[in-house]
This record gives sequence, structure tokens and C-alpha cells, in this order.
Amino acid sequence: MAKAAAQVPVSNGAPTFYVTEEEHEHSGGSTMLGFWIYLMSDCLVFAVLFATFGVLGRNYAAGPSGADLFDLRLVAVNTGLLLLSSITYGFAMLAMEKGRQAAMQGWLVVTGLFGLGFIAIELYEFAHMIHEGATPMRSAFLSSFFTLVSTHGLHVTFGLIWLVVLMRQVARRGLIEANRRRLMCLSMFWHFLDIVWIGVFSFVYLMGVLK
Amino acid sequence: MSRSQNHAEPHGEHGDAHGGPHGSLRGYITGFVLSVILTAIPFWLVMNDVLGHATLTALVIMGLAAVQIVVHMVYFLHMNGRSEGGWSMMALIFTIIIVVIVLSGSLWVMYHLNANMMPSDMHRM
Repeated sequence: MAKAAAQVPVSNGAPTFYVTEEEHEHSGGSTMLGFWIYLMSDCLVFAVLFATFGVLGRNYAAGPSGADLFDLRLVAVNTGLLLLSSITYGFAMLAMEKGRQAAMQGWLVVTGLFGLGFIAIELYEFAHMIHEGATPMRSAFLSSFFTLVSTHGLHVTFGLIWLVVLMRQVARRGLIEANRRRLMCLSMFWHFLDIVWIGVFSFVYLMGVLK
Repeated sequence: MSRSQNHAEPHGEHGDAHGGPHGSLRGYITGFVLSVILTAIPFWLVMNDVLGHATLTALVIMGLAAVQIVVHMVYFLHMNGRSEGGWSMMALIFTIIIVVIVLSGSLWVMYHLNANMMPSDMHRM
């Protein structure tokens, strides 16, 4: 404020103590920062879950360990699917910037299919583990494992719902400013989930298999 | 206050604030190729037990994961020190500090808790 007083524009010899110039319209500028801060808070949620897994991840209670349960080939396929969905979303954003709506919708469909594949494989993996008796109730390791991995899976699921809703909105209203802003928020969300998955496959799966 | 001053300047900032972060085809492809390499290496190391040493393998995995996270941040999320007038980067740095404290603190405290509890229980028995 002191700075403002120092720079008070002087009109007709008398200083004015109000904003003489209208602030620019920031179309979505502050929304992106706000969404980024949401993602950072989400990052803290995952950090807590990772810390919990880090503390409890070796308490097997004489039950199965990661080396017994994890099928790394499935995890590798899942990692590939999520990474592919990240880049296809990137292609959708490039198409959006060029105003090519049909191409963008096409890439969003591909992204959604990769995301669905990811969720399907994860659910298959969970079902397989539970069928073998490796339920969340079995040991502290499995409790923390299911909490961490399914929280990520839930995020992806909600991302998919958001994706479908946005595709419908774009189909109805076209690439208007509001839709562009929403698509950019989802883009950040989707790439963020891929970053969390890097932590999951490295810290949980790969290191869980190591003896 | 500082925002309006920034906008008053004839600077390239305006375009960034308007359309949000922009990527290029080249950037996405570069990020994708780097990510594939950085993902394939740790899976290869673990699935074929290349190094034959668990601790060393774990350290390499964590190192590669950290690099891949940076790659994603730069090429997919278009992070840089300039977006949103530097506030994105400030929020990110703050978050990283908290995450490091939470993770290292939890692991450190709980590891030592376990290590300190075991022998005293043994003595009493």
C-alpha cells in the first residue's frame, strides 16, 4: 500500500486515492494457479499415504509380501497405458490450441480408453489379490497398499468421469473460453496423476518386489 | 499490485497468463521418449535382477523416479519459474519441502522407534 501511495497519479493537481485504471480481465489465469494449488494439496495427501506405506510396508504379519503378490508385467502394462494416456491428452491439447475440435475429441476418446484400460487392469489385480486372501485386513502392508493404490485409482476414475463430462460440454458448446479453461485444468490433473503413478510403481511395486 | 505493474510492461508475460501454459509437439514427444526410457530401465533392473544388490537397485530406482518426475513436470505440466508470475514454482517448492519433511521424518522416527523398542523388550524377557 505504501508503494501505491508513493505512485499516486496526480490529476488536476490533486492526488486520487482510488484505482484509476481497470484491472485487466484474466481469462482463466488465476484459475490455473488455484488449480495448481489444489494439485499441490492433493500431493500432500499422497505424501501422507506414501509415508504410511513407507512405515508399514514391511509389516507382513506372516502374510504374503510384495514379492509373492505383485505381477510386474501387469504393472508394466499399466504404467505404459497411463503414460500413453498422458501423451494422447497432450495431443488433444495441441489440437485444441489449433482449434481443431474433432481431432481434439478423437484424442480425448483415446485418452479415455487408455484410462479405462488402466482402471480395468488395476481392478483385475485387486480382485486377484483378494481372491488369494490378500485382503486389506490381512496385514498392515496390505492395508497401506490398498489405501495408497486405490486412492490413486479413484483419482483416475474421477478424472475419467470429468473427461466424459467435458467431451459432452465441448460437443454442445464448442471450444469456448470456459471449456478451454476446464480442459486445461483436467490436463494438469491427468499429468499430475501420471506423476503420482511414477512414485507408486517405483516405491510400492518395484521396491516391494526387492528382497 | 505487482500484477498490474507486470501487465503494464510491454513484456511476453501477457500471452502466458492469457492462454495458460502451452506445449509443443516436439516437447510432448521428447517428454514421452524420456519417460519410456526412464520407466523401462527400473523395470528391466528389477525383473532381470541385473545389479544383484537390493539396496543399490532401490537407490537407482528412486533416482530414476526423481528424474522422471522432473521430466513430467517440465515437458507435460510445462513448469517453469515464470508461469503465474513465479507463484506456481513457489507453491511447488513449498510442497516439496513439506513432502520431504513428512516422508523423511516419518521413516526416520518410525525406523528408530522400532530399533529402540526391540532390545529393551528383549532385556526384560
